[in-house]
Amino acid sequence: MIENRPLTTILAHLTLLLGVAIVAFPIWITFVASTHDAVRMTQVPLPLWPGDQFFINLKTVLFEGVGGKNATPVWLMMTNSLIMAMMIAIGKISISLLSAFAIVYFRFPFRMGFFWMIFITLMLPVEVRIFPTFKVVADLGMLNSYWGMTVPLIASATATFMFRQVFLTIPDEMLEAARVDGAGPMRFFWDILIPLSRTNIAALFVILFIYGWNQYLWPLLITTDTGYFTVVMGIKQMLESAELAPDWHLIMMTALLAMLPPIIVVLSMQKMFVKGLTETEK
Amino acid sequence: MLKRVHFGPSILPFLLVAPQIAVTLVFFMWPAGQALYQSFLMEDMFGLSTEFVWFDNFKALFADPYYLGAFKRTAFFSFVVAGLAMSVALMLAAMVDRIVKGVFTYRTLLIWPYAVAPVIAGALWVFMFDPTLGIFAYALHTIGYDWNHKLNGNEAMLLVIMAATWKQIAYNFLFFVAAIQSIPKPLIEAAAIDGAGPFKRFWTIIFPLITPTMFFLVVVNIVYAFFDTFGIIHAITQGGPAKATEILVYKVWYDGAVAIDLGSSAAQSVILMAIVIVMTVVQFRYIERKVEY
Repeated sequence: MIENRPLTTILAHLTLLLGVAIVAFPIWITFVASTHDAVRMTQVPLPLWPGDQFFINLKTVLFEGVGGKNATPVWLMMTNSLIMAMMIAIGKISISLLSAFAIVYFRFPFRMGFFWMIFITLMLPVEVRIFPTFKVVADLGMLNSYWGMTVPLIASATATFMFRQVFLTIPDEMLEAARVDGAGPMRFFWDILIPLSRTNIAALFVILFIYGWNQYLWPLLITTDTGYFTVVMGIKQMLESAELAPDWHLIMMTALLAMLPPIIVVLSMQKMFVKGLTETEK
Repeated sequence: MLKRVHFGPSILPFLLVAPQIAVTLVFFMWPAGQALYQSFLMEDMFGLSTEFVWFDNFKALFADPYYLGAFKRTAFFSFVVAGLAMSVALMLAAMVDRIVKGVFTYRTLLIWPYAVAPVIAGALWVFMFDPTLGIFAYALHTIGYDWNHKLNGNEAMLLVIMAATWKQIAYNFLFFVAAIQSIPKPLIEAAAIDGAGPFKRFWTIIFPLITPTMFFLVVVNIVYAFFDTFGIIHAITQGGPAKATEILVYKVWYDGAVAIDLGSSAAQSVILMAIVIVMTVVQFRYIERKVEY
């Protein structure tokens, strides 16, 4: 605080409260919608205050799904989302750690060639190479599988760069000491590099978990078997199948469940999240 | 780049980079090459024969008013989203800098839309503005305005812009807060002693000092609006009504998956790749040599 100006402080709080209200309002409306029954959700104006159907809707959505008898229950979609998010996050982190280790600690032919090849993946977002990638995955027989949903997304230039940066800050004496003690490369990797980059791994995990959980276009293309549907895709299916009379109370309950895990991750690991965000992008 | 002290030559480094390189080759290089190759091919109506047509797909695209329309629309959409999301975020970040109590609480309440998937954000906004039921559509109706984004292209665009902006504010906010906090306090204090009020200090000290962050965010926001908004548009408007919200990345998908015009879709992919490459280069230039004073 530079000087005491009560008026501008009040103004600042008011602006922030307004900002929070704008940011939070859609979530509040979602929550409210998930606590009412089907009848109330067809009467205009829609409620602004929660009803008492929360747990009933929760049960319906989790175990029966939305959209008739053949609907996929949301617990299954959540499980699929979790598997996909974990596989993407862990996959990206593992292969990036390994390649950053090779690039920083070894001299070998084509080292820079490999480095640039990884760099180029930064320029090819999945959206722009979607159909040829789809064809590759189809030819490999990976449609409708967790491998098909995750492996094509796990190459990561940003993660490799971040770990490269982290490794470069580790003093050379570490390696010298490890060598004197007779440690080979993999021993050095496991016992020194991994523990030293633990916070970076955690920070990156938060970002990549959200990235993985929120994947949409790719799983939409890869999966036709409803057993592999993720909850983020499920929302769209529900909106479509109920074009005329959507069950908004159930759709909004599903939306609530779909955004819960990433929000919990962000809020409970806020420090890590901010660190991961600012370090992978810069 | 390489450590001064490093391991001697062996097969090991090749094994270490192998997984990353394998994924890159199979799922990035090869498909990108395919897209490039396919953009020079044209299939007949039944997909029975293909012909190598050189740049005809590209020529056709740039002669196609729909494609040029999508191009202009994307430019408009991404500039508006980037501009709105950045100005709102900057204002909130400047306000957070003014207060002492409750910073953590405000930050917590402001950042979580980052975690919401684009398609879910779309579902939320389409629900609030549903022409028959939506809470905002109802509010607008009571003051005598009939909202229907399913029929009115401008309203559809507005809705998509609002949803995309809403999701991106959190990200910009975090970067602006970090940038403002890194400004040395004595600079601000000196200005205050010289009699500069909060508003003047913001425009003459804080604002110029955070321009590097601003350049960085402009690129990130435009990339976001170009590529990450697919889910929002897919959930809210499906590109309609009458293509009013069809941006480039949506058109690539639509022409490939719905209209099954693979040659054209591939050519559009190639153009998008070129755009990404330009933006990545710009971004790295700014990171390499940050604006200096």
